[in-house]
Amino acid sequence: MSHTFLEQLWIARYVIMNGIAMTVSISLLAILAGSVLGVFVGLALVYGGIVLRLIVRAYTDIIRGTPVLVLVLASYYVSAAVGLDLGPFSAGVLALAVFCSSHVGEIVRGALQAIPKGQTEAAKAIGLTFAQTFTSVLWPQAMRQCLPAWVNTAAEMVKASTLLSVIGVAELLLRTQEIISRNFMSLQFYFLAGGLYFIVNYGIEHFGKYVERKTALPS
Amino acid sequence: MGYTLNFAAVWRNFDFLLSGLALSLGLAVISILIGAAIGLVVAFALTSTSRFALVPARVYVTVIRNLPILVLVLFAFFALPQMGLRLDKMKSFVLVLSLYSGAYLAEVFRAGLLSIPRGLTEAGLAIGLTAMQIRSSIIAPLMLRNVLPSLSSTIISLFKDTSLAAAIAVPELTFAARKINVESFRVIETWMVTSALYVATCFLIAALMRLVERRLALPR
Repeated sequence: MSHTFLEQLWIARYVIMNGIAMTVSISLLAILAGSVLGVFVGLALVYGGIVLRLIVRAYTDIIRGTPVLVLVLASYYVSAAVGLDLGPFSAGVLALAVFCSSHVGEIVRGALQAIPKGQTEAAKAIGLTFAQTFTSVLWPQAMRQCLPAWVNTAAEMVKASTLLSVIGVAELLLRTQEIISRNFMSLQFYFLAGGLYFIVNYGIEHFGKYVERKTALPS
Repeated sequence: MGYTLNFAAVWRNFDFLLSGLALSLGLAVISILIGAAIGLVVAFALTSTSRFALVPARVYVTVIRNLPILVLVLFAFFALPQMGLRLDKMKSFVLVLSLYSGAYLAEVFRAGLLSIPRGLTEAGLAIGLTAMQIRSSIIAPLMLRNVLPSLSSTIISLFKDTSLAAAIAVPELTFAARKINVESFRVIETWMVTSALYVATCFLIAALMRLVERRLALPR
């Protein structure tokens, strides 16, 4: 058995790459599904009737009040218990997507509510339908508000993807633990994993700042 | 799929869940208090003009905020002993959550500090207070009031992060739930009740913080 970190790293290179690929797919899927769902959540929170609004409010409050780890575990065990054979990957992604949707929902709600009422009134005055008002007046303005927070949420999702290791999805963190159980280099390999997560999230954070600058209204 | 809900097993172990919740709250309170102390110092460093204070503070906040907390939890418990720092699981978790909350609270406090008008510092200087006195008796109290809303959401999310302690077998609420889940197979019931306990606690924290906010609100 070779004993230097670099030799161990070389041995584990494919395992690590697989882990990264898994982390990326989990995050992308969760962000995509969560954002689509989240936009509907946000719309329902702002324009829904009283009943729909109450239901969606309860949904977001329950999701936001529950730790992501609990969502992941619940999704995994409950889906199996009701005979829905999702498997750890799909159950985990589902939990993250639901978590993401509650955050995106609140972001969209906040952005839509921040638009002055006069905008809607002006659109109505020039004879736009609600659909037209929404797509060409409200949504473009809301997007500007949403984007930076949405990028933040994306970074959150990458971090939350580590929780899928608990239900046995072989993403980067679980792969790291596997490697450590073989060579006992916990310090080095946790550092490596931490470094990789840092690079990804730091990149996303900077992208977020860039987007914020790009979409900022000239002041 | 004829699944009938039966909460008997969950109620039988309910005191186990409650003691888990108590431990979760305990971990959260200790870590957030330590984290708030760290966060306050770091926030002053972040808003200072001295590079000597600014750079280390910036590095600390950036590094911690861009790492998944589960990596930090596992690192502290499994890797720190290799560096000669052997902590039991409870202490290592409190260490991690304190450092983690410190970074998030630092950003919250920093935003608060930036909202304090410069004139107040100048007024303090004018009546002969030292920089330290200005911070502790003028700026910090006002800043705390200003940041209460975002403080409350940070505290709630930090409380939820105590669930990560389950990963190193600290018997807090999520760990208790997993145990009941595995032992009783009353899966849906277990997670419904656990989630309800978390949600209720978060609501209580939010309500408490709103109360504090109202009590401390500046007269307008």
